[in-house]
Amino acid sequence: MTNYHLDHLDLLETEAIHIMREVAGEFERPVLLFSGGKDSICLLRLAEKAFRPSDIPMPFLNVETGHEFPELIEFRDRRAKQLGAKLIVRTVDQALASGAATQAPGEVSRNKLQIPVLLGAIEEFRFDCAIGGARRDEEKARAKERFFSFRDSFGQWDPKNQRPEIWNLYNGRLNAGENMRVFPLSNWTEMDVWEYIKREKLEVPSIYFSHTRECFRRGGQWLPVPPAHTDATKPDPYAGARPKPTEQRKTMVCRVRTIADMISTGMVESPASSFDDIIAEVAAARVTERGSRADDKASEAAMEDRKKAGYF
Amino acid sequence: MSVVATSSSLSSRPVVPVVDILRFNTCGSVDDGKSTLIGRLLYDSKSLMEDQIEALERSADITGGGQINLANLTDGLRAEREQGITIDVAYRYFATPKRKFIIADTPGHVQYTRNMVTGASTANLSIVLVDARAGVIEQSRRHTAIASLLRIPHLVVAINKMDLVDWSEARFNEIRAQFEEFLPRLDIKDVKFIPLSALNGDNVVEPSKHTPWYAGPTLLAHLETVHIASDHNLSGFRLPVQWVNRPNNPTDARLHDFRGFSGQIAGGIVKVGQKVMTLPGGLTTTVKRIHTHDGDREEAFCPQSVTLLLEHDIDVSRGNMIIGLEDLPGASTDLQAKVCWMHPRVLQPGKKLWLKHTTHSVQAVVTEITHRINVTTLEQEPAPAGLALNDIGEIRLRTSRPLVFDGYATNRLTGSFILIEPGAHATVAAGMLHAPREVVRPEDGDFVI
Repeated sequence: MTNYHLDHLDLLETEAIHIMREVAGEFERPVLLFSGGKDSICLLRLAEKAFRPSDIPMPFLNVETGHEFPELIEFRDRRAKQLGAKLIVRTVDQALASGAATQAPGEVSRNKLQIPVLLGAIEEFRFDCAIGGARRDEEKARAKERFFSFRDSFGQWDPKNQRPEIWNLYNGRLNAGENMRVFPLSNWTEMDVWEYIKREKLEVPSIYFSHTRECFRRGGQWLPVPPAHTDATKPDPYAGARPKPTEQRKTMVCRVRTIADMISTGMVESPASSFDDIIAEVAAARVTERGSRADDKASEAAMEDRKKAGYF
Repeated sequence: MSVVATSSSLSSRPVVPVVDILRFNTCGSVDDGKSTLIGRLLYDSKSLMEDQIEALERSADITGGGQINLANLTDGLRAEREQGITIDVAYRYFATPKRKFIIADTPGHVQYTRNMVTGASTANLSIVLVDARAGVIEQSRRHTAIASLLRIPHLVVAINKMDLVDWSEARFNEIRAQFEEFLPRLDIKDVKFIPLSALNGDNVVEPSKHTPWYAGPTLLAHLETVHIASDHNLSGFRLPVQWVNRPNNPTDARLHDFRGFSGQIAGGIVKVGQKVMTLPGGLTTTVKRIHTHDGDREEAFCPQSVTLLLEHDIDVSRGNMIIGLEDLPGASTDLQAKVCWMHPRVLQPGKKLWLKHTTHSVQAVVTEITHRINVTTLEQEPAPAGLALNDIGEIRLRTSRPLVFDGYATNRLTGSFILIEPGAHATVAAGMLHAPREVVRPEDGDFVI
């Protein structure tokens, strides 16, 4: 007795697998952006579902700001190894040292500096397509994003002139130097991501669960206190991101809802210690996921501006 | 070989109730209350978050003289907020305990047809907004006609701003009658009329106390309950091959002979042991295994993504199609289709383009523009000057290699295509194929197309 019915996770999954396979079919040198965060964890499972028993036919790429949570890096490396994938890491530090990226005076966040590093890696490896875990429900500039998002030879997004995307027919044609960003999770919500992680029994970095951590108050958020600066021969990588004497400090029971790096991730007070707890918390949440991202608070168009410049 | 039956894998799911996804689109111009309606749906179903409401208030203080503008929720780009317009399709998500919803929100001006076609192509349902004061206007007809051309199964006519006509039942009936005059010419199976006020929230999420004469559901109640399970085509098995799954240098000896054909089922049902045909080539073989990463299955159906292993070693690659032997498709290089032209440069006969159909890309030449369709009246008009941006017309095409296809009315996935211009590779048209004049014939063992 078969019931030809698919639930919402099945529908989102089959749509995403279809997109993964279109990438493998249409591009010569695709890459998958894997940060170790919850969205890209789903991407890896979808890649397994799309391509096993073969190898996943693309390497993984991560751009490090140098301010990562150590738990995330450990998880990222371990997971890539488990899957037998090649992991390419490029860092903002390298780009600063080589002059490929320059920090704006007074700016602490390295979020924008990821753009030249990502574009540099795309050029270095001649990637023609990068799969990312961005979702349309995250942010309103992303709500306008296509599954197959065309970038010109400068890596720029032109939101006013996007290719119409009709039925499930994706136009992957490029000229030399151009590339595509592809977002298989476009139609997923934060809730879908957690329900899928739970259903698939996927491991996530420990910082998504409740733990005790020292934080400080800045810009309406609780930011984690960065690790101590021990190597006095080098400048402090967290200069500007350390609590000032006037800023309130607190040891909290908290977790991350979304992960950027340590200086732009607000910690949320939470006792959630299981997937069910997290799902219940997301269901009851009264602020959006990106409400805890300092990088998006810069202005109403912060995301749009970064995307136009080549951000993922 | 491990076998996991579909039914058992469904029942082993977590205890959350099975919810499905309804995709709908709204299309309208600046003043008809579309953004207000979406804002109302999100707000009253408690799908807006505090920081989104705060952001609305913040932009109201800066630019809106203190008045909250719900359109700022959907207009995500700076140019849109500056000019007070919507540029492109925006997608919104919300959920109730009964269903998840994906809204494709499209602007109603300039690029109307192109955006509407894009937003509606994946929709189960389309909402046409009518201003109760204005009644049925040209745009209402265009919208309904496009929904019909794209074969969206369900239509809701939301008669908005009822508060401005004193909640008049007579006015509601009058507009309904105007609509019903031209509905018989269209291909829409299910139409619902709902009187509402998006601004005040009447009959959007909460029933209105002003419409005792209306016995139907609120808009949200209708969206939650409209029957969409049969919207996928379950007759005529079609698997457009996306990718050949062939492990390189497997360490596991059992994988040496693994050769699977991966794709998303675009129609019908497939079972282990079933006879199938591969096209082009027309060779017949049997399904040996239906592989998924979650274990093998005994059967699979549209729109699942699977990998088929076949009994015989047949040359099949991306762009080929594996089909069942019943409800056969057509295969031809000579095609007739309705197209929506989406590029500023006029389409004229002789134009060479790329055509992408399922997973298959071929070169195509437009041999004839038969006529243009007047989207307001659905009447055919001559098109001596070709098809201009946003025109819908009837064309003939010749392709470099045969397409294996169904009529769009039978199968949206194997009956649709896009056209891509060869220079900058812009997507310039959406096409809907006519039913094939003849189907492939399985009895010809040496059938070659």
